[in-house]
Amino acid sequence: MITLDELLERDKKREQDGFKRKIRIGRIVKPGAGNREKIIVVPTTVEEKFVHDDTLLVDQSPGEGEPTGGTGEGEEGDIIGEQPVRPEEGEGQGEGDGEGPGEGQGGEHEMEANAYELGKVLSQDFELPNLKDKGKKRALARYVYDLTDKNRGVGQILDKKATLKKIVETNMSLGRIPDVTRIDSAGFVVSPRDLIFRVLSREKQYESQALVFFLRDYSGSMGGKVTQTVVSQHVMLYSWLVYQYERQVETRFILHDTEAREVTDFQKYYSYKVAGGTKVYTAFQMVNEIVEKENLARDYNIYVFYGTDGDDWEKDGKQTLIEIEKILTYAARIGISVVKHTYTGTKETEVEKYIRGSGVLDRQTHLIKMDVMGENVDDSRIIQGIKTLIS
Amino acid sequence: MELVNQHAKGIMEECKLRARDAGLRFDDETLEYIVTNRDMIELSPKIMIPTLYDYWVHDVRVLSGKGMYEAYPSNPYETVINTRPAISFYNDNNPDWLNVMIFYHVLAHIDFFQNNLYYKNTWDVDLAGQALADKRLIAQLRSEKGRWVDYVIEFARGMDNLVGFQRDLNRALTRDQGHVPDRIDFYFDRFLQKIKSVPQHVYLKEIDRYNQCQKDHADFFGKVTEQYPEFEEIFQKEKQKNAPGKLDVMEYILKYSPFLRREENEWMKSVIHIIRSTSLYFQPQIRTKTMNEGWASFWHAHLFLKDERIRGHETDFAKVNATVTAMPKVGLNPYALGLRLFEHIQEMEDKGRYSLDYFQLKDAILRTKFDRTKNTGMDYIFSVRENMEDFSFINTFVDQEFVDRHHLFLAGKRFNPQHNTWQYYIKSKKVDDYKEMIINTLYHPPDIRVVEEKTGNGILYLDHRFENKPLKQDFIENTMIGIEFLWGGPVHLETSVPATTAQPGSPYINFWDPGTAGSPADSRNAPIQWKRVRFIMKDRKLHKQEL
Repeated sequence: MITLDELLERDKKREQDGFKRKIRIGRIVKPGAGNREKIIVVPTTVEEKFVHDDTLLVDQSPGEGEPTGGTGEGEEGDIIGEQPVRPEEGEGQGEGDGEGPGEGQGGEHEMEANAYELGKVLSQDFELPNLKDKGKKRALARYVYDLTDKNRGVGQILDKKATLKKIVETNMSLGRIPDVTRIDSAGFVVSPRDLIFRVLSREKQYESQALVFFLRDYSGSMGGKVTQTVVSQHVMLYSWLVYQYERQVETRFILHDTEAREVTDFQKYYSYKVAGGTKVYTAFQMVNEIVEKENLARDYNIYVFYGTDGDDWEKDGKQTLIEIEKILTYAARIGISVVKHTYTGTKETEVEKYIRGSGVLDRQTHLIKMDVMGENVDDSRIIQGIKTLIS
Repeated sequence: MELVNQHAKGIMEECKLRARDAGLRFDDETLEYIVTNRDMIELSPKIMIPTLYDYWVHDVRVLSGKGMYEAYPSNPYETVINTRPAISFYNDNNPDWLNVMIFYHVLAHIDFFQNNLYYKNTWDVDLAGQALADKRLIAQLRSEKGRWVDYVIEFARGMDNLVGFQRDLNRALTRDQGHVPDRIDFYFDRFLQKIKSVPQHVYLKEIDRYNQCQKDHADFFGKVTEQYPEFEEIFQKEKQKNAPGKLDVMEYILKYSPFLRREENEWMKSVIHIIRSTSLYFQPQIRTKTMNEGWASFWHAHLFLKDERIRGHETDFAKVNATVTAMPKVGLNPYALGLRLFEHIQEMEDKGRYSLDYFQLKDAILRTKFDRTKNTGMDYIFSVRENMEDFSFINTFVDQEFVDRHHLFLAGKRFNPQHNTWQYYIKSKKVDDYKEMIINTLYHPPDIRVVEEKTGNGILYLDHRFENKPLKQDFIENTMIGIEFLWGGPVHLETSVPATTAQPGSPYINFWDPGTAGSPADSRNAPIQWKRVRFIMKDRKLHKQEL
């Protein structure tokens, strides 16, 4: 049986042959007791054919989903049941869009392990760039033990090269080597002090540590593919960062409609959907509050990624820009992805308009990036977007 | 994977006798294997054929199947494949009593495979053997050509739903009747009368001359071609038009692609052939799912309950049977629907209700009492299983009586902004609405054909006969890249797309955003306008042109 790596290797060759990649990284959520979801990373692929598109039903009124069959008593028009659009805690979270990986307290390790794998795949196979260390990097000290120190006379492992050098040195100073071009080692005098050993010693190791804020709009307009695209991109980003920082990544998740709320895990971040109106600044404001309150800027590389369909009730984005400027004083990177609905066409969305208009993208080109794509993009475009956001 | 033991085989043979007594017909030879859940996961991407050719997409499916199994373990009871001899797989954790039930289920499937006319073209094929030969060929090609074999498989699979299944079937079913007009008939019946419209005396004279020639053993057509030099060509054209039918897209490419004709590309043809014949082989199975499952469920219930070997397991049976054949409150279950429909048909026919008398009867009470005690229902469902497929089965036999009796309805789903919930409700209890919904779920590939008049100058021209359902746009590009590759030149596809470029937005937006309230909702109620467009695939780039 072929392995995932071999599949991806093969997929890379497709590009050389002039065809598009076809393997996508799929994610299956295994719901567990309480919040212990487990995600399983699997490859998926689609076999394209000419097929009918059943989603475009000819006769459909607003707010109406696809009809299906049913059995039971009742008259036409009777309501037979309700199902929450937005599952809350304790209310059977299910599969969400069939897209939502989950992380729960306690299940974290498994999530991390999988995300690390995914991140590795993304970095290696999709050639995402490695992280550049920025000036704002904070250090985390960790000790490792290694045979690095040298000691004369006694020790654990004889360093032969260093020892030989020492012996030659000693014999030269004793005048036992008259002609350096013709050395006769048989005549060497070896002092016990000449033996050089390596000994185990404690070394400090520095690693960067990252804190990532994932922000996304879950307002009414975000239904369907837009949300899927945003969350796909965010799970990949997360995985990539987990890999880059050798798992030293902490994450915070914030959702917003007209107000922001922090959720505890990925699963919720993914599955919650379709709430009220849209005020973008609330999410960024919450980031500032959290960072300030917990004094995070001192110890972490802070990344802020935000996903939206570009819709904002605050058309000029004044407050959003104020909050963003504030974040820019401490963050390593802000990445904004705008996923446009097909019906917006080529028109600029509000968020695009005011972010571009403010000139912040040009002034802080190293700290803030924006990527705009349509809702129907494939994985390779999403990955391209990640490259833009982190370049 | 191993053959069942002698004990289980004994049970199976006993089941066969009883099933035969009940009227099922199938070959004596069958093969039964015990498999594990893991085996099932590995087999299912290969449509359960262990010897199917290797292909990386199957591997992807196996890997994701394993992931899926880890998250949601499943435990399928059995699978049958339509081969000679018929092969069936049984889960290694089935208890004996359950295997009795499953054997009946399987035997009914085998009966269906071997008697339903839509399977006619699969009757003489040993699929497992054929697949093995194909697998070896592909493996050998792969060792020579490397990954290009996989591209050819991929591109061929990209159009393997555009195969002329009905046409081939039609040909197989009418072959025995000497359908093709021969030269003489064509000359006298069509050519002289319809095409040349010769006066009657000329026609009679020709008949005389023909009879004379017959008598003298002389050549009759020599003179005909002298007089009408165009006759031979018209005859050949006509013969081609009527007899073998138009080529489907795959065949057309196989036959006329300049790219495949090159010597170094000859090998691709055998790969495409394999894909095409594999697809054709499975067409009847996809098109009879509801019937096939319904038929098997019908018989396992009938035969199992009469079998004294299962005494003491009646409640176990009831549990398993209920999970398989219950009608879901919301949703569709082909097993359940097919089973109930067969039962319904049997009862209707038993009472003689498929008759003009019943049809003309308008009084509801008299209708419920109508019973001619014909008791021909059993024969009738046997002929239904022989002659129909899902569409005709459902379209013909789902009637208002059926819908009322099982309290079926069309379940609608709408957004309730107050509760922020999806609300399910009874949308319609009318048979036409219900039927339409089911028919919409059936397999129905788009009707796409080669337009020979427009094909030329290296361009392959495809036409999609529009049936009010557009093609899935995301898939068009890659599918056409594949066809372009195999054709070796630009490919054009004519189809229909919605005329409004801006798709109506998400319906929820109106509830929340006062700025846009109302406007998209109105446009949504208007029927969608369609326009014809031409997709052009050239040098792996897709362009769209309005017509």
